[in-house]
Amino acid sequence: MEIPRHWRLQKQRLALVGEVCPHCHAKIFPARDVCPECGGEAKTAFKFSGKGEVYSFTTLHSVPAGFEENAPYTVALVKLEEGPIITAQLTDVGEKEVKIGMPVEMVTRRIRQDGDERGMLIYGYKFRPVMG
Amino acid sequence: MQKVYIAGVGQVPVGEHWDKSLTNLSTAAVRSALKEAGNPQPDIVYIGNFLASSLSHQANLGALVCDEAGLRGVEGTTVEAGEASGAAALHMGYLAVRSGLVDCVVVVGVEKMTDMVGTEVQSAAVESGDTDFEGMQGLTYSGIAGLLMQRYLDQYRAPRDSFAGFPITAHNNGVNNPFAMYQKALDLEGYKKAPVVCEPLSLYDVPTYADGAAAVILVSQKLLKDKNKAVMISASEIATDTLAVHDRADPLAFEAVRISTENALQKAGLTRDCLDLFECWDTPSIYGMLSLEAGGFAERGQGWRTAAPENMALTGRLPIATLGGIKAHGLVPGAAGIYQVVDAVTQLRGKAGKNQIKSAQVAMTQAISGAAASAITHILRTA
Amino acid sequence: MDENLLLKPARAVGIVGYGVYIPQYRLPASEILRVWSGDEGGTPIKEKAVAGLDEDTVTISIEAARNAFARAGIDPLELRAVWVGSESHPYVVKPTSTIVAEAVGASENIQAADLEFACKAGTEAIVMAMGMVGSQMGEYALAIGADTAQGKPGDALEFTAASGGAAFVIGPAENSLATINAAYSYVTDTPDFWRRQHQVYPEHGQRFTGEPAYFKHVSTAARTMLDQLGAKPSDYAFAVFHQPNAKFPQRVAKELGFSKEQIQTGLLAPVIGNTYAGASLVGLTAVLDIAKAGDRILVVSYGSGAGSDAFDISVTDKIEERRKKAPSTQQYIDRRIEIDYATYARYRGKIVMK
Repeated sequence: MEIPRHWRLQKQRLALVGEVCPHCHAKIFPARDVCPECGGEAKTAFKFSGKGEVYSFTTLHSVPAGFEENAPYTVALVKLEEGPIITAQLTDVGEKEVKIGMPVEMVTRRIRQDGDERGMLIYGYKFRPVMG
Repeated sequence: MQKVYIAGVGQVPVGEHWDKSLTNLSTAAVRSALKEAGNPQPDIVYIGNFLASSLSHQANLGALVCDEAGLRGVEGTTVEAGEASGAAALHMGYLAVRSGLVDCVVVVGVEKMTDMVGTEVQSAAVESGDTDFEGMQGLTYSGIAGLLMQRYLDQYRAPRDSFAGFPITAHNNGVNNPFAMYQKALDLEGYKKAPVVCEPLSLYDVPTYADGAAAVILVSQKLLKDKNKAVMISASEIATDTLAVHDRADPLAFEAVRISTENALQKAGLTRDCLDLFECWDTPSIYGMLSLEAGGFAERGQGWRTAAPENMALTGRLPIATLGGIKAHGLVPGAAGIYQVVDAVTQLRGKAGKNQIKSAQVAMTQAISGAAASAITHILRTA
Repeated sequence: MDENLLLKPARAVGIVGYGVYIPQYRLPASEILRVWSGDEGGTPIKEKAVAGLDEDTVTISIEAARNAFARAGIDPLELRAVWVGSESHPYVVKPTSTIVAEAVGASENIQAADLEFACKAGTEAIVMAMGMVGSQMGEYALAIGADTAQGKPGDALEFTAASGGAAFVIGPAENSLATINAAYSYVTDTPDFWRRQHQVYPEHGQRFTGEPAYFKHVSTAARTMLDQLGAKPSDYAFAVFHQPNAKFPQRVAKELGFSKEQIQTGLLAPVIGNTYAGASLVGLTAVLDIAKAGDRILVVSYGSGAGSDAFDISVTDKIEERRKKAPSTQQYIDRRIEIDYATYARYRGKIVMK
């Protein structure tokens, strides 16, 4: 059971909370201790809007353990409107064709269970084509 | 500081060795290499390995590999750098002999992928990427390459078939290498017909994991017996980049490759056209493409022109994968970097048979971990 | 009748923000008919909403809550309680509410708990929120009703057991887009529908679920509320009743004296099915999407076991500006991907994998 590891990342995963560097104001996701832009210490929380666009994508059929139930699925690099690029599954795509540049928005979904049906549930960010 | 020579090489054919354990493989490679080198007494054994802890639940290979190879008591430790572990172990061996503190180092790369079966293997293999932010999104090693290839095709409008040069070259060269897992030629039609594995990657764009082991014996000049077989290491350079692809300012720039290649050429006092062959990281094919661009062998976004089969063939301007590359050998993570070196040494010794590159004197080998989160470049020359 | 049965808090409270979430997949009732009855017979509704592979009561609650906050315009740090009512909480022990609280950005100074009372667990959360805010124990509370309830394969209820939910930020009346003037709960111990621990699917009492259960409780709650308020059906612009199917709410509305037009907007079961703890609340969100300032709304939920919560609601002039800040219920209803029975069986985990 990998409880502490998943619990530590909860806020980041559930609400897309990263950091903003207090020195150079770069937006950082995922959170880290040293700002990748200016090298200063970075620990101030910043909540991302969840809006972004598809930077790249790929569809997986042969998947790692724990993800078999949802296969096949599409994983994307999403460029958030605040700057950082993150890796996330796409969801609720429906009949739409995924294209680079497609506007997407963050939703919180069940990523997987930790282990099997007795394990804790891991929720986190995915992105779907903007609604409406 | 003393010069570093490769006095002997040994390798096990790559394959699914159900009946062989990790140490069956490493022992065979080590003993074969030592024999070829005239049985010098090793001061250190460096083991390159990535997944033994996850797939075989076995760590502490430093002790285990030495013990099983009949080298009890000798200093032994594992060096890990994902799929480039073998090259990383070679780097450590190089530093040890170069420093003058020791005269003989055994470097063995070994991986046993088949001790475990099922999707757990994919989860373990993606540990060379960012577990929390790439693996946890359901990505695999090939999936990460898929994201980069998709972006490359879109950003540079490269023809889809322009990636075929890598697997075609590798497979055609693998035909004459009994140590390669795949010994069947490949043509463009075969490439185009292959099923999609992980859009846009198709079957020949991705590696196959397999078991294997390869070893080289590093010696100082004092222990060098047969200069005819010897090859000198002129440079050994490691550079790192962000672990996760999404953390890079330009996901299509393999910065670690650029830095490592430039440093290696500089240390060796050479320019790119001095190279007679380049054992690059040829699979997934997009990694071969990005390696050529970052390494300065092609302009950014133009790698697909340089990667034409005629340029990369044995008779081409820049031969790659001369004895099968990673693609035709099969990907043995802990050992891949050593297999590359063994192939380069074979060329430089003039022992490559039908695949011999005329007057091969200078070779570059390059291993990368994950999506080039680290790049390890070696330059070898005839002694 | 006894006087003062109404639940009226010490200070006036209301709905500061509301939000809904309905998954995009739809299983036509005709598919269930095809698999189980060979196309013989009728269907109680047209189609129902089905949660996707990565959705559950937690994820539905989170999106509904985010929509509610978009409309409420308050900082989630001001919440003092998060209550989620459902009969399909992903954990039997470990609250849905704490996950939702963390996801929406609530502080740690909160009350949180999961509720269960079949289809009225969501409206119960609202009554509790009224109590907390109305007694001035706190300024804002989040009440959610959401479900991904399982329908037993081949059973009549499989036609209607659907996924969806709604969330309400309850706060002081002065900051509300609709005030809740009073509530009334009518509860008895009536075993019309239940699920024993460790069982996957619920049991129901067939025709017993009608008169002694749904109709008795919904009617009594409605009549008592109207009586206590001195109100009549024509005073209301809209009425929303719990909707296990299309027939029950239509019949009880008629019996109580409400017209088809009054219940139309809030009757969504025909196109999304019965979202259980979300049902009457999702109907309410559809009404709030189009109601005007001054409109009065009656909501009566029903939860098997059994009981009904009734609410008398008045829309304020804050509704116009706030309602466009999140997707409407109709937008979620229109977002539709039709699936077949096999896909539905896979999505709902009905296929034995081990």
